[in-house]
Amino acid sequence: MTTHVQDFLAQARVVTRDLRHRGLIQTALRKYETARDRKKAAFNDWQSARQAAAETKWDAINHLDTYLAEFADKMEARGTQIHWAGNAAEAREIILGIIRSKGARSIIKSKAMTAEEIHLNDAMEKAGYEVVESDLGEFIVQLRHEPPYHIVFPAMHLTRDDINELFQKELGSASTREPEELTMIARRALRRKYITADVGITGANFAIAETGMISITENEGNARLTAALPKTLITLVGIEKVLPKLEDLALFLPMLATAGAGQTLTGYNTMYGGPRQPGECDGPEEYHVVLLDNRRTELLADPEQRDALHCIRCGACLNVCPIFKNVGGHTYGTTYSGPVGSVITPHLRGLQDWKHLSGSSSLCGACTEACPVKIDLHHHLLQNRRNAAVGEPSFFERLAYRLFAFVINRPALYRFAKEAGRLTEPLQKLIRDTPLDPARAWTGTRDLPPMPEQSFKEWWEERR
Amino acid sequence: MTGREKIMGRIREALTVPAPHPGAHDAHGSQAPHTSFKGRPVHVARSWMPPGGDTFEEQVVRFRAASTELKTDFRFVGSRDEAFAELARIRDTEGWKSVATHRAELPSAAAASLGLPVIHTDEGYDVDALESCDVGVSGCDVLVAQTGTVVVTNRSAGGRALSVLPPHHVVVATRDQLVRDLTAAFARVQETYGARYPSMVSFITGPSRTGDIERILVLGAHGPKKLTVLCW
Repeated sequence: MTTHVQDFLAQARVVTRDLRHRGLIQTALRKYETARDRKKAAFNDWQSARQAAAETKWDAINHLDTYLAEFADKMEARGTQIHWAGNAAEAREIILGIIRSKGARSIIKSKAMTAEEIHLNDAMEKAGYEVVESDLGEFIVQLRHEPPYHIVFPAMHLTRDDINELFQKELGSASTREPEELTMIARRALRRKYITADVGITGANFAIAETGMISITENEGNARLTAALPKTLITLVGIEKVLPKLEDLALFLPMLATAGAGQTLTGYNTMYGGPRQPGECDGPEEYHVVLLDNRRTELLADPEQRDALHCIRCGACLNVCPIFKNVGGHTYGTTYSGPVGSVITPHLRGLQDWKHLSGSSSLCGACTEACPVKIDLHHHLLQNRRNAAVGEPSFFERLAYRLFAFVINRPALYRFAKEAGRLTEPLQKLIRDTPLDPARAWTGTRDLPPMPEQSFKEWWEERR
Repeated sequence: MTGREKIMGRIREALTVPAPHPGAHDAHGSQAPHTSFKGRPVHVARSWMPPGGDTFEEQVVRFRAASTELKTDFRFVGSRDEAFAELARIRDTEGWKSVATHRAELPSAAAASLGLPVIHTDEGYDVDALESCDVGVSGCDVLVAQTGTVVVTNRSAGGRALSVLPPHHVVVATRDQLVRDLTAAFARVQETYGARYPSMVSFITGPSRTGDIERILVLGAHGPKKLTVLCW
């Protein structure tokens, strides 16, 4: 059995050398950067808006008990059934239970990272239900039996030719290189699904405490249709998505759109306050909201990293991360990739198994800078490294530091080591990158800096 | 213990230890006692955001600029009759054969003026029939100058499906519905409905779109390919 770190290294080695992948990601992210910068410039004061967003989320998360209770009570008052799922298995069981009780057969789904997190599609398919992803990018990766590549752009790693080939094979469509035509093929394939589906499932971007509403952000209108046509609607939402007031959206919707995709506002931002109400002409007869903990409360219990729960899943930190750009989204092997994924995955799935993600960072801070809610991402990566080292110190690291301390505290030994280093330096060149090199793991991808001709001490004595 | 009690218990337990305020790690050090977007005077919060325009004329200019960028067809005309004449022109260009709308004064009058078979969604409708309509004509609650957004609810726009199922969505609005920004739009929605919200409030910004294939913009991913806003 391979470990997560071995998988990560093996895949990173392949992807970083894949020039086609690099070209695709660079083109896509360049387009994103241009659009994002233009939209950021439309703000009169982006930094103050960020601070306000950070403070609002701080308020929401640090009074989560109050706001979550308010949210749940308000939604229940208007006929929504609220379910509380402590972990992934409970969430799956709740959702499958609803589907079973409705005697449903087909399910239409709009994009939900929480559903990826609990592997909902697998569970529903194993139980014999037909599940169709309706977001275009998600539809594409579902046809490829792949997880989404990126939390906002699921099919970012594919070209139009890849998608054309896929559609020809899976949908029997005619060959085309036009993104417009490819989109229309998916549109036609999915239209009937909305109309015939028994159950709709969505994720959520925000949960509004004040009014008891779920807010969903999307561009395509697929979530709108999912929430309009099937008789039963289920929303799976993490407990951290709460915002205190409806008007907070006047700040968060444009920030999410700008940071996430370089848009002024996303195409559809829709707030749902319940099932079809008396006097309304359509909408689901039943609305179920499943609130998911799944170890979010463990992250909440860590005051140092609690702000990681402020995340609005815009993906901005992925888009600026030099590691993400090089290793790509699938290499992480996690639901949430990029800097924020590296910060929260150790909390959600175990520190020792996922600590390598915090190590694979240049700590450049681009993520922290990009975050619209000012999560201190790169410091959290450092804290994860520290926590991992304290929890399970590495034998070799401890040995190395002991040895270093021993030598540096003995001037004669230090002088000897220095001379020995100078003498053996030419030998290192000969054995470099061979099994004889004791520092091979390090020198394999780095150059050892040459020893200076004179040490500081020698230089000082000469001038005295 | 119920699921709710269990999770609430874990949350309360976790929150017994306080967390540092945002900005604590900034180079400039921690500052600011806690306030929120809402806690600040509206003009301060508003001053950070993309502008919406101070006068009605400026707001029309903003809405038009946003519409152009979004590929929304925005037609601001002098009167209701002119608006209906515009609608007739679009009908002829696109060759509409059927129209869906709802029982509200402006949209149903607009739809009736087209002289085509009409479905009213609020009288009960067949999904396939609505899907095969060429256009959905609806009312709205607010137009937002700052972002070029149309705010609809299932009460103001004939339900949840009318504004997304037909391939063309036409919104009819009067000039008093135009507000400067999202803050004003939420205030207007809260004013209109009080605590009795419709079960859906949707902020529609441009026609349905996707960039999922090579980040190239395509309109009409699942919702309408065209969005027309007629305002007088």
